[in-house]
Amino acid sequence: MNGAVQLPFWLEFSVAALLLIGSLFALIGALGLVRLKDYFQRMHPPALASTIGAWCVALASILYFSALKQSPVLHAWLIPILLSITVPVTTLLLARAALFRKRTSGEAVPDEVSSGNDRGN
Amino acid sequence: MNRLFPAPLLSVALFVLWLLLNLSVSPGNLLLGAALGVLAPILMAPLRPQHAHIRRPLVVTRLIARVGLDVIVSNLLVARGVLRAGSRPPRSAFVHIPLAMRDAHGLAALSMITTVVPGTVWSELALDRSVLLLHVFDLEDEAAFIEHFKHTYERPLMEIFE
Repeated sequence: MNGAVQLPFWLEFSVAALLLIGSLFALIGALGLVRLKDYFQRMHPPALASTIGAWCVALASILYFSALKQSPVLHAWLIPILLSITVPVTTLLLARAALFRKRTSGEAVPDEVSSGNDRGN
Repeated sequence: MNRLFPAPLLSVALFVLWLLLNLSVSPGNLLLGAALGVLAPILMAPLRPQHAHIRRPLVVTRLIARVGLDVIVSNLLVARGVLRAGSRPPRSAFVHIPLAMRDAHGLAALSMITTVVPGTVWSELALDRSVLLLHVFDLEDEAAFIEHFKHTYERPLMEIFE
């Protein structure tokens, strides 16, 4: 980047390190989807990308643009916050759908936890 | 609370969100943010019959810090589990967790926490909210896990919401 402001080395180093760490965790998350055999096991690795992956990239963006503009640029941190609100919705939906399918096809998953006459939803 | 501000915290959050998104505190944006903060909760109030009561801001702060720390630790654990999956498959299991908390907002927060922390996925909640079915990526000791889970997440959430 040929910004007007020359950034100190330690800052550029931190930004690069954060980006690399974030990408590494996103990569491991994707790798998990390929390597793990069980559907429910595969629900876990994508959380690496939506947590540490997103946090590191957002933090790198905040550091870089705050230094460049010489004032705090914090709005990138909204991404992790909004991600942590929206990701559970889809994850829950996937888990419920998978449980329903596996129960219907008679695979070895736990029975519905609602007991008595209540019918699960 | 009252008719103009049915959810004061939500109003403040939306106001701050708007200013942050626009990165400006110009009069126009202050006005638009305030309009959003006042109108959105009023329009959404009919959709939320129950009001959340959030107490103990200190417990909230501590819980958020705790979850942040747990996310980092379990990220490393799940990453290690994925990398070693070939030689040592993770001991994944479903765990039944008996719940003492009944507050809908507390349970919603709990479902968010379990899903955001890698290594646990919220799978099913009993209709009477007494049991939670959780899928755990790598389970060592079921009883210890349940105790840890209730102590770190459920108890603070009950203090906050109930």
